Amino acid sequence: MNWDAAIPEIFLGVAGMVILLIGVLQKKDDATLSTMLVLGAFAGAFVLVLQTPAQAAYNGLFVADAFASYAKVLILAGGALTAILSLDYNARQGIARFEFPVLMLFSTVGMMTMASAASLMTLYMGLELQSLAIYVLAAFARDDVRSSEAGLKYFVLSALASGLLLYGISLTYGFAGTMEFAKLPQAVTGASEVSTGLMVGIAFVIAGLAFKLSAVPFHMWTPDVYEGAPSPVTAFMSTAPKVAPFVVLLRVLIGPFGHVSLQWQPIIELVSVASMLLGSFAAIGQSNIKRLMAYSSIGHMGYALVGLAPGTESGVRGVLVYLLTYVAMSAGAFACIVAMRRRGRAVETIADLAGLAKTDLPLASLLTIFMFSMAGIPPLAGFFGKLYVFLAAVQAGLWPLAIIGVLTSVVACFYYIRIIKVMFFDAPAPAFDARAPSVSFVAIAAGAFTLFFVLVLGPATGAAAAAAKVLFG
Amino acid sequence: MATINAAGFPLLSLVTFLPLLGVVILATLRGEEAAVAQNARWTALWSSLLTAAMSVLIWTRFDPSVSGYQFQESVAWLPDYGVGYRMGVDGISALFVLLATLLTPLCVLASWDSIRVRVREYMMAFLILETMMVGMFCATDFLLFYMFFEGVLIPMYIIIGVWGGPRRVYASMKFFLYTFAGSVLMLLALLAMWHQAGTTDISVLLHTNFPPAMQTWLFLALLASFAVKVPMWPVHTWLPDAHVEAPTAGSVILAGVLLKMGAYGFLRFSVPMLPEAAALFQPVMFTLGVVAVIYTSLVALAQADMKKLIAYSSVAHMGVVVIGIFTFNQQGIDGALFQMLSHGVVSAALFLCVGVIYDRMHTRDIARYGGLADRMPAYALVFMLFTMASIGLPGTAGFVGEFLVLVGAFRVNFWLALLGSAGMVLGAAYMLYLYRRVVFGKITRDDLKAILDLSPREMAVFAPLVVLTLWMGIYPSSFTGVFDASTGALVQGHEQAMRAVATMHYAGATP
Repeated sequence: MNWDAAIPEIFLGVAGMVILLIGVLQKKDDATLSTMLVLGAFAGAFVLVLQTPAQAAYNGLFVADAFASYAKVLILAGGALTAILSLDYNARQGIARFEFPVLMLFSTVGMMTMASAASLMTLYMGLELQSLAIYVLAAFARDDVRSSEAGLKYFVLSALASGLLLYGISLTYGFAGTMEFAKLPQAVTGASEVSTGLMVGIAFVIAGLAFKLSAVPFHMWTPDVYEGAPSPVTAFMSTAPKVAPFVVLLRVLIGPFGHVSLQWQPIIELVSVASMLLGSFAAIGQSNIKRLMAYSSIGHMGYALVGLAPGTESGVRGVLVYLLTYVAMSAGAFACIVAMRRRGRAVETIADLAGLAKTDLPLASLLTIFMFSMAGIPPLAGFFGKLYVFLAAVQAGLWPLAIIGVLTSVVACFYYIRIIKVMFFDAPAPAFDARAPSVSFVAIAAGAFTLFFVLVLGPATGAAAAAAKVLFG
Repeated sequence: MATINAAGFPLLSLVTFLPLLGVVILATLRGEEAAVAQNARWTALWSSLLTAAMSVLIWTRFDPSVSGYQFQESVAWLPDYGVGYRMGVDGISALFVLLATLLTPLCVLASWDSIRVRVREYMMAFLILETMMVGMFCATDFLLFYMFFEGVLIPMYIIIGVWGGPRRVYASMKFFLYTFAGSVLMLLALLAMWHQAGTTDISVLLHTNFPPAMQTWLFLALLASFAVKVPMWPVHTWLPDAHVEAPTAGSVILAGVLLKMGAYGFLRFSVPMLPEAAALFQPVMFTLGVVAVIYTSLVALAQADMKKLIAYSSVAHMGVVVIGIFTFNQQGIDGALFQMLSHGVVSAALFLCVGVIYDRMHTRDIARYGGLADRMPAYALVFMLFTMASIGLPGTAGFVGEFLVLVGAFRVNFWLALLGSAGMVLGAAYMLYLYRRVVFGKITRDDLKAILDLSPREMAVFAPLVVLTLWMGIYPSSFTGVFDASTGALVQGHEQAMRAVATMHYAGATP
């Protein structure tokens, strides 16, 4: 048996347990050492991901291919960037315990498993591992009421969504007789027409994953949990745990259910349009920047879903590029939010950013880059993600999606540039506390990537295209 | 598979990205604030002057007998999807590159004393803006064009919002959202054309036959974007706000170059690529053009704010340009191009004229002035020259363009020409009225008695504009000669396309 397909996951899992042991043996309860070790483990996993050959393993439960590798690189990058963010924030908030980065690591293992899932059961295992770690992370500031509330809320709603997903999986299994992606297509196309039970199963699977993506109408938890959770956790939730369910959704809908695309397409279109509309309009009234980012991420998932709706290779490629740019922008924007501290306390209203350009021009410039990029202004990274998904929609003749997409991006643009307006044009509020180098590092790295993405567009598109090709055999 | 042009080195890329080098230098300036500000001014001036010198090189080495692109560069970017980094200039764009690179150093000079806060960031924004403008005129790939076209918004938004007047926030938001809303529709057209042709290479798109029904939609999508930029009535309302609130140099670039982007888009995309739709929409465009000419001229007549008056006059002049473009004949299109260039020089100069007295009195209220001729004779002379040019007095730049457009319009329709020329009459009215109230009369206000005439720095700013205005008016062939071949090809291409359509209809009628 070729067990080595899962080497990156196995390595990360073992590393996680070792780091836990080291953490327990530590004299002082300090997160620095364990964070460094986790970052090292991420780097090791990154190398292993790149070296793992494409293969199916574990009797068709698990698959390593270019698509999974692309997703895993994104997941690891998102995890690593947000782990760096947590270093300083947790220390200043007094929640720097060594379990924190380890929980991030286990969540990452879950996400990587999802990316490699070749069976609905593997998918579910990965999803649960990812979510369980995040429940704890969201409530990590246990003396903070909002954080506890966020953890509990996420746990209850997410458990419900997991139930839906499991129900969908059991229906699919019941009607198709298999849970393996490789065998599902025969089961689906074997009958003269797709059975209703199977369709209901697919719908439930989509609903369960859409919850994790915080796509409308399964988005309700997002603003509250984003606001309540400690900022690095919010940063984490808005990067890697968005990538993993998305690639699973791509794999499931394009692979085993690719033949019934006409049946699931309307669901995706509806979810996409609703997410774009809500993401752009509901964010306008927000005064808390973390809530605003929550609605922004709802909107972004809506745009990315535009690329899934046609079910074409060009669309999948677009989604993959979109996720890449989204991870960079999101990590960078949250690095700026983590940097918002005044007299030792974290502040998070948009008004706190007033006149930032006068007190701290570098930070204001970086946040400006992320906001313009999220609004989709060329030549920044965010534009190219949108360009590709809209191109896919136009190629497939999905004009309503493309038109609603560009119009809502104008609305969304309003609240993004409002933040720039507050930073540049308003009278300055008191300056923020000095930033830790770790936070600056994440912000600058993500900012440079966003700004100069246009220079690596060719290779990035090539990688995404190679990954997308896998799904279409 | 990089192919570099015959000149042996990538001249256009150099002109486009040279200002960014200045930005990098500016970003590394360290030291005391006053010293940084002074160094920033000099750095910006030298990098923009160097860029201007390079673009003069384009002008002198440009071969006017060729109608296609010259100095072409092409580097593979996304070869699988038909997107490339393609640069090149033809007769239509060459002079705009010159205009943009000429106005930028003048803007730096004009802001020398009037911008005192965050000078370095201001200069960085202007140099980035220059890169975007030049890149837009040089791009021969639709996607690249779009990126520069949109990229212009970022520095301009910051310039208006940070260094603008009291209502700058409102004006900058309005500017951004209006133009962005238009542009995203152009993005849809870009995607559709990309999908249809399999490439975004403009020279391929020019020879792609888009189905008539599709052309209509594409034209409308492009119109949404270009009409806002021109600006055409009724989507012009962002312009007066942006102009009034922008700092002087911002207004200069806005009027001088950014307004040309829309009309340039018509000439580059709408007319040559969508000939049938362009012909179909000809009456609509004429109507909008005529309304712009007459309505905004009347509005200009009623303004009490100098910048607003000139802003409305810009809308009227751009209405003439739109009429000229959609006549589809050589005179009309030549005239439109000439009008764009002359308006670029003249309106920029007029905003600078306003800036001169605004810097001294800190008001743009026409009623606050009067009798400046006594105290500022040199200024009165310069202002008069540009007023006359704006009116279209023969011998100045403004005359040639309007005259050619009207000749072109006459060939299409008598009434069109008549209504279009009403703009010239009204233009004379509001400009002379403005000039009389500001410059003539007796000095009634005490604070005006001590007002100073043009400083040497201001003279240096105006000198090239004065020379250009007279040169364009007295010997226009040095400019029309550059674009004659290109516009000729454009007109011919349009006629051929229309003949092809007519033949097809004929063939369809008698099977």
